[in-house]
This record gives sequence, C-alpha cells and structure tokens, in this order.
Amino acid sequence: MSSNEGQQHPLGIYFQIWILLFALSAASYMVDYMQFQGYLRWFLIISFMMLKAGLIVAVFMHMLWERLALVYAIIVPPLLLLVFVGIGTLEGDYTFLTREIFFAGAE
Amino acid sequence: MMWIFLLSDTFIFSCFLIAYGTVRMSTTIPWPNPSEVFALTIGGTHVPLLLIAIMTFVLITSSGTMALAVNYGYRKNKMVTFWLLLATALLGAAFVGMQAFEWTKLIVDEGVRPWGNPMGAPQFGAIFFMVTGFHGTHVSIGVLFLGIMAVKVLRGNMDTGKPGFMTGRKQDYNMVEIMGLYWHFVDLVWVFIFAVFYLW
Repeated sequence: MSSNEGQQHPLGIYFQIWILLFALSAASYMVDYMQFQGYLRWFLIISFMMLKAGLIVAVFMHMLWERLALVYAIIVPPLLLLVFVGIGTLEGDYTFLTREIFFAGAE
Repeated sequence: MMWIFLLSDTFIFSCFLIAYGTVRMSTTIPWPNPSEVFALTIGGTHVPLLLIAIMTFVLITSSGTMALAVNYGYRKNKMVTFWLLLATALLGAAFVGMQAFEWTKLIVDEGVRPWGNPMGAPQFGAIFFMVTGFHGTHVSIGVLFLGIMAVKVLRGNMDTGKPGFMTGRKQDYNMVEIMGLYWHFVDLVWVFIFAVFYLW
C-alpha cells in the first residue's frame, strides 16, 4: 500500500475483469445446471474457482502491481494449506473406512 | 496490516472448508444434494441453485463497484467515490438479505438444524450454518465499515487530511483502497464457498 501511493489504472481494465468474472460465474453455474458429474465437474469447478480467485486478487486487490516481497509473503503461506487439504483427505477417508467396518459389524 | 489480517482470515476460512471436506468424506449417510436443497421454484419451474447464483452475481457486482470506488478515490473525485461506496454497501446489504431469506427457508420450511436435517447427513446443517454464517458476518461488518467510509469521504476527511477517530494519523484515499482489500477478500471467500459447498 505504501509502495503504490495513488496508483492509477484506466477504468477499462476493471470493466473487463468484471465481465470476465461474470462469465466465469455463469459458466460455473451452468456446470450445475447441466448436471455435469464426476471428474469433469471437479475439473471445471476447480478451474473456474481458481481463475476467479486469481483475477480478484491480481487485479481488484492490485496484487499485480505490488512489490514481489509482498506477493510472496501473501501467496506462499496459503500453499501450505494444500498439505492440510491432503491430511484432511486421508483422515476423512480413514474415518469413512472405520465407520463402514464398525457399522457393518453392528447390524 | 490489512494483508496480514486477510492472510490470517484465509487460514480461518480454509480450516472451515477443510473441516467441511473431511466431514463430508467421512460420513456414511449420503450428503444432501446442494443442487436440490438450494433450488427455487419460480412460476412453476424448478431452477436449481438460483438464489445462490443471484447472490454470487450481486457480490461480484459489489466487488466491481468497490474497485471503481478505489480508482475514483485516487482521482480525488469525492462524490463519485461516495456514491460507488454507497452502491457497494447496498449490494452487500442485499447479499446479507438474501442470505437471511435462504436461512429462513432452510430452518422454517425444510427443518434443517445444526444437529440434523430431513435430507441426509446430519453434519450438513452444522457445517452450512457455520461457514455461511461466518461469511455473512464478514459481509455485514463490511457493509457497516463501507457506510462509515462513505460518510468520511462525503465529509471530505480524505481531502482535508483530518486525523481519524482515536488516532493522530491523517486520513487519505488510501483508506478506501484498504477497505477495498477487505471487501474483495469477502468476495474471494465466497468464490471458494460457492465452488466447494454449493457446486460440489
């Protein structure tokens, strides 16, 4: 913020990103509307999500014009979350497995 | 400072969403189909996820007006900045209103509770109210601060460089940019919630 005192961008870029975000949202809504399932659904939802997130952070939040140090300080820590997601997946699958075994035995 | 706060907030919301993923994977009872749960019937036609789609568009639009407000702030255009901030606040309020409608529909008409619901896995209610409630709180606080910021801009505090409330620091249009960071972040979180909670 201190590095970009009074930064100026033409208005056009905001409208372009805005339209792009609208189109991407509409596309991800269509994924549900058309009832795509399976890996295609996963792939489309995640791609649209990351594209939208990237556009918002890069342009609307002016990350594109920030110092590289700030960019890394903000972008790198959340990457650790991917590890966390992995752990969560393992844990979830394991709990599911034990529940299946336990409840099957109880019947 | 706002970036540091947003980074910590990122971790909070990530914890919620990862918890949601883990809970959804581990339940042996089928998860309610969000496409059906959040469907609306309009004029006899059944449209899946309609309200959520409208909420998404409203929030993106508010992000757009916020970005424009920041831009006009740097141009020191007081009135346009004020009106754009006000528009952003109103769109945010509309979003919260629609969320209140959605919650009412789920609680009153469909009997969803944090401990159970008629559609499937009982964890659905707990996770849903927690995640959307926390996000809704963020939006509400954002609306409040957008209102305050709009009044400050209208008064001309940014132009005269008057010290802010309980601080000696002079106010300037950078404050609008920082407000914008928070608001775009709220939109950003919704992008993730929309994708993994509603569309999954």
